Amino acid sequence: MKKRWICLFVENEIGVLARISGLFSSKSYNIESLTVGTTEDPTISRMTISMISDDKTFEQIKKQLNRSVEVIKVVDYTTVPIYMKEILYVKVSSCSEKDKSEIFRIAQVYGLKVIDYNKNSVIVEWVEKESKIDEMIELLKNTFPNRVEIVRGGSVAIESISVSNR
Amino acid sequence: MWITGAELFVKALKEEGVKTLFAYPGGSAIDLFDALYGQKDIDVVLPRHEQALVHAADGYARSTGKVGVCLVTSGPGATNLVTGIATANYDSVPLVCFTGQVPTSLIGNDAFQEVDTVGIVRNICKYAVTVRKREDLGRIIHNAFYIAKSGKPGVVVVDIPKDIQLELGSDEIPKEIHIRGYNPNTSVHIGQVNKALEVVEKAKRPVFLLGGGINVAHANEKMTELAEKMGMPVITTIMGKGAIPTNHELYVGNLGIHGSYAANTAISKCDVLFSIGTRFNDRITGKIEKFANKATIIHVDIDPASISRNISVNIPIVGDANNAIEALLKRAKHLDIDEWRQEVAAWRDDFPITMKTEENEKNNVLTPEYIIKAINRNYKNAIITTDVGQNQLWTTQYIEIDENKRLLTSGGLGTMGYGLPSAIGAKIGCPHKEVVSINGDGGIQMNIQELATAVSQELPITICIFNNGYLGNVRQWQEMFYNKRYSLTCLKYTKSCKRDCANCTNKQTTYTPDFVKLAQSYGAKGIRVFKKEEVVEAFKEAKKNKTTPTIIEFIIPDNLNVLPMVKPGNTLDDMVMEKGVK
Ligand SMILES: Cc1ncc(C[n+]2csc(CCOP(=O)(O)OP(=O)(O)O)c2C)c(N)n1
Ligand SMILES: [Mg+2]
Repeated sequence: MKKRWICLFVENEIGVLARISGLFSSKSYNIESLTVGTTEDPTISRMTISMISDDKTFEQIKKQLNRSVEVIKVVDYTTVPIYMKEILYVKVSSCSEKDKSEIFRIAQVYGLKVIDYNKNSVIVEWVEKESKIDEMIELLKNTFPNRVEIVRGGSVAIESISVSNR
Repeated sequence: MWITGAELFVKALKEEGVKTLFAYPGGSAIDLFDALYGQKDIDVVLPRHEQALVHAADGYARSTGKVGVCLVTSGPGATNLVTGIATANYDSVPLVCFTGQVPTSLIGNDAFQEVDTVGIVRNICKYAVTVRKREDLGRIIHNAFYIAKSGKPGVVVVDIPKDIQLELGSDEIPKEIHIRGYNPNTSVHIGQVNKALEVVEKAKRPVFLLGGGINVAHANEKMTELAEKMGMPVITTIMGKGAIPTNHELYVGNLGIHGSYAANTAISKCDVLFSIGTRFNDRITGKIEKFANKATIIHVDIDPASISRNISVNIPIVGDANNAIEALLKRAKHLDIDEWRQEVAAWRDDFPITMKTEENEKNNVLTPEYIIKAINRNYKNAIITTDVGQNQLWTTQYIEIDENKRLLTSGGLGTMGYGLPSAIGAKIGCPHKEVVSINGDGGIQMNIQELATAVSQELPITICIFNNGYLGNVRQWQEMFYNKRYSLTCLKYTKSCKRDCANCTNKQTTYTPDFVKLAQSYGAKGIRVFKKEEVVEAFKEAKKNKTTPTIIEFIIPDNLNVLPMVKPGNTLDDMVMEKGVK
């Protein structure tokens, strides 16, 4: 079992998202995250999907996606050089002054952006790799137990120009 | 010229060469029906239920090789299609189903007879689409036919809202196809073909395993030629029956949980398994880890997703069966495997599947084997359809198929209620063929209303009912694996029964319905057969009816089982051969 990434180009039509997610659910494949947005061609949407699966299931998923009429192209991002980032928003509430300075310090060290705050709440924003976001969420949850609201965007990715990047 | 969407619909069907349309009207489709009224090119058939309607289109498509076409209304019309769509799609049958839909302005409002048709059928068909703009209608219909019949054939659903049926627009239908997400690959990789042949030529015990793909591609003749050229034994799945003539010296039999001893043994012993057009479904493999575990496996399939899915394949060849067989024919040599061929033939001849047990012979029991063999002798140029259950399994065991015959059966989904409507579709598609439908007493009642369709269409089809008074296939499982706890499988049950079917005292209860009277009430002919001696006579009678269907009800014992049988979870060569013997 390992983590995989797929980039899908699909027709930008009503029902295509349902078709893709339905394909995963009908075969009992679990989606870890899925993002979707339009591309430079407004008739095409691009999906970035991550899942955890074994080799055999993953091959099957790619084949199943490929044979869907609505799917224009399937690109396996598991082994090609890519840039991939996810957006994270965290709101911490019921903050004391001490909490706030702790948040600001974390933000400074890791490069999170403080985008809003008032007397007892702070919102930070971060664009990072999924694994770093996982760690940050752990840190914030441990530091401010039961006071964090977390929103993550799911990863988006693009193939790199230089081959060395990963 | 400007015409309505409904007029364009009719024009498009004509341009696709549609000769027969299976259709049931309703509010959201009434404009389409209006546009069909009075035209002479398309024969519009009205079945009596939309499920049967799709099965009829399916039988039409399987028997003719053309696309079957359906038209129904929105809401209940569309939901009634679901079983038939899944049945056809599972067996790779090309259909285009048009469904009416509420006007686009009402979609999403829970309007009267609105259902999300595309949402419902999405996971059971090849492609489904709602037409949202009048200008797209022509292109969508043209694409629908292309998608249905190309690549791995399947079902396409086109949902047409009422306002689009009424809207005026261009009468032009694009001729070219541009579907950027759909480029089915049919050509084969010659390198892989050569690799496969190298392996086969070194083999000592090779066999062909042929699935429904051969029948779907209508590649039977070429396949026979290939088998003969190589001199390699042929085993088929249920769906592949008839891939080469069943009386051919190279034909071994069906494999699977009710396959023949010879076929299952040969599969277990072979060193190269050359499979074409099968997906290695659990009904054929038995315990999967042990399936053909001594063999190098070659697999030709048009669907890359079917390769290495259930079993891992050593040499995959993606492509259409026709193209693959042609490529093989050019290169294949005769194999030097006389000994193996004789060994397999000996298993086949020494252990035939038969119901001629001592007891059955002594009591002169009317067995399905006897009836089906009589069909073999009396119908030489025929299409045979089956329902699902023991009747189907016996048919796949005993029916003989050659180049003048075809077997239509719901293999993938196993849909009860398929037998009669598919026979109607087949007879409409192939009026010069005889059509015989083999059904159980349970399944026939799932679409019995189609007798009215058969009568009104003046179809002289022969409808056999094997009446064992039970949902026999389930009863057999209950007998063999559930300690004879016959839960809800007796069709003679009445409220006064004690529900102790193993010790039944109610055996004389008359059967409901009386199929002979039922046939008569529909204006069809009805014959009841109790004894072997009456069988041939019944077929003779049926053949006299040139414009009416005939029901022949065969009263068979209630305790016959389909044997041999591989018990669930066992390996293919571990079979129960006779009743009572474990
Ligand atoms: C629509 C549907 N419902 C239920 C089943 C499960 N099933 C498979 S065979 C069978 C019994 C069929 O009985 P009958 O039609 O009398 O045929 P027999 O097996 O007795 O020949 C049943 C209930 C099915 N295949 N299809
Ligand atoms: Mg029965």
